[in-house]
Amino acid sequence: MDINEPIISLRGVTKVFNTKESEVDALIDIDLDIYQGEIYGIIGQSGAGKSTLVRCINFLERPTKGSVIFDGQNLGNLSLKELLKVRQSIGMIFQQFNLLMQRTVLRNICYPLEIAGVPKKEAKQRAVELLEMVGLTDKINAYPSQLSGGQKQRVAIARAIATKPKVLLCDEATSALDPMTTRSILELLKDINQRFGITIVIITHEMDVIETICDKVAILENGRIVERGKVEDVFVNPKSNAGKRLVFKSDEQFSEFGSEKVYRIVFNGQSAFEPIISNMVAKFKAPVNILFANTKNIGGKAFGQMLIQLPEDRIITMQMLGYLEERAVRYEEVTQDA
Amino acid sequence: MLDAQTLSMIGKGIIETLYMVIVSTACAYAIGLPIGLILVITDKNGIRPCPIISKVLGFIVNLLRSVPFVILMISVTPLTRKIVGTTLGTSATIVPLVIASAPYIARLVESSIKEVDAGIIEAARAMGTGTFRLIYKVLLPEAKPSLMVGGAIAITTILGYSAMSGFIGGGGLGDIAVRYGYYRSESDILIVTVAVLIIIVQGFQELGMRLAKRSDKRS
Repeated sequence: MDINEPIISLRGVTKVFNTKESEVDALIDIDLDIYQGEIYGIIGQSGAGKSTLVRCINFLERPTKGSVIFDGQNLGNLSLKELLKVRQSIGMIFQQFNLLMQRTVLRNICYPLEIAGVPKKEAKQRAVELLEMVGLTDKINAYPSQLSGGQKQRVAIARAIATKPKVLLCDEATSALDPMTTRSILELLKDINQRFGITIVIITHEMDVIETICDKVAILENGRIVERGKVEDVFVNPKSNAGKRLVFKSDEQFSEFGSEKVYRIVFNGQSAFEPIISNMVAKFKAPVNILFANTKNIGGKAFGQMLIQLPEDRIITMQMLGYLEERAVRYEEVTQDA
Repeated sequence: MLDAQTLSMIGKGIIETLYMVIVSTACAYAIGLPIGLILVITDKNGIRPCPIISKVLGFIVNLLRSVPFVILMISVTPLTRKIVGTTLGTSATIVPLVIASAPYIARLVESSIKEVDAGIIEAARAMGTGTFRLIYKVLLPEAKPSLMVGGAIAITTILGYSAMSGFIGGGGLGDIAVRYGYYRSESDILIVTVAVLIIIVQGFQELGMRLAKRSDKRS
């Protein structure tokens, strides 16, 4: 396979659900290319069609129209048997974990290997390795009901990658978890992506998840992709209304702050994690009001965004913006109609 | 009074009853379990939807279930004669017992299998599980505790049916209760058979529930 060919390619994918009363267009003419090794985020509000979209990738949902090409094979042309084989190279994890409740942790991880026809002994060995990787060796003989949500998702991840799939689909995999656990699961996914080169597709409604680990993002709204691109580009300069809503999660709050100009500054890993704002305040001896901040330090680089209100004095404002530019910090004026 | 002869008769009745009930339950599961599975799988929201099969099968099951056992028992006598060679005795009773309880078991199995979390089924399908493996590696093991509870209900129901067969010479404790307790008004024998039946029912029920609880890893 050519490295420049996408591993997953959707062309004109449309899914219509027929209910008794009406037809619902869950997906409308979706084109999407996902390349080997990427972490691709698909974000949208509930009902946007995300779950249907991810299920079209492994044909759990058969598109009404359009084609899904996985690793050079058009899934629509495969027999059921061939399709089952293809699914073994696409792992999937879920919001509700979906572990087999009557099987131990070990036997849950062995399940896909059984299906793939791996000999028992070999399967067990692989499962033990995977358990070690997800840090749950001590839970090997536990049942899922004895595990916490985060532990269940770790087992689910181990199970999903047991057959060494090329792609891992994550359907709201962190939505049932608390923020700390979410972070550790995302770190695990990132680690898996880097170590094994598994392409990861993440479905979520949380922008934080996208910001934390995705390379690219597509924004889904009412069954259509309204915006897509590299995460930093979409994050810095969202073009669609849906994108703006997702990025400026809480912009409504800012209208109450007088007439001064509000700027959004974005840290996209280009600048070092240094106290830019306080340095700026010290330098210009003018107050800066921080309205909102959501930044994190990932590997010494700053990620996240801040909303700041600069002084009324136009000259100082211009100087401050120049200061930010010098430090490769991207900014933009926030308009209230966003 | 309860002399040695009566006691040995009751003992024989117990063995006959257990024989009828256990063999009938086994045969009825051999028929009802696959039917129950087919009902779930071919359902319009099932794994392999096939409304024709599911509707036809569902209709037959409902039809058989709506015939009262006493009437079914009498109406299948020609069939019983063909299969067993006679219409009297314990072996002959097994035929109507199986016919009456298989559809009931099919419904019990159907409802147990439907309890399996749809998410688990979806995960199994996403891992490339085909229909056949889905049944024996996912549906049956995940539904096991519920199937066992269903089994306890089925076996006690079949025990109840088997007692009714006493009226057509079916053998077992029901037969004793009808002949001695009803026709001869020997109430002490009647009381003893009823007591033994209660103990057997309780025994099966308790055993089924315990096995179900022990096998359930969800809590």
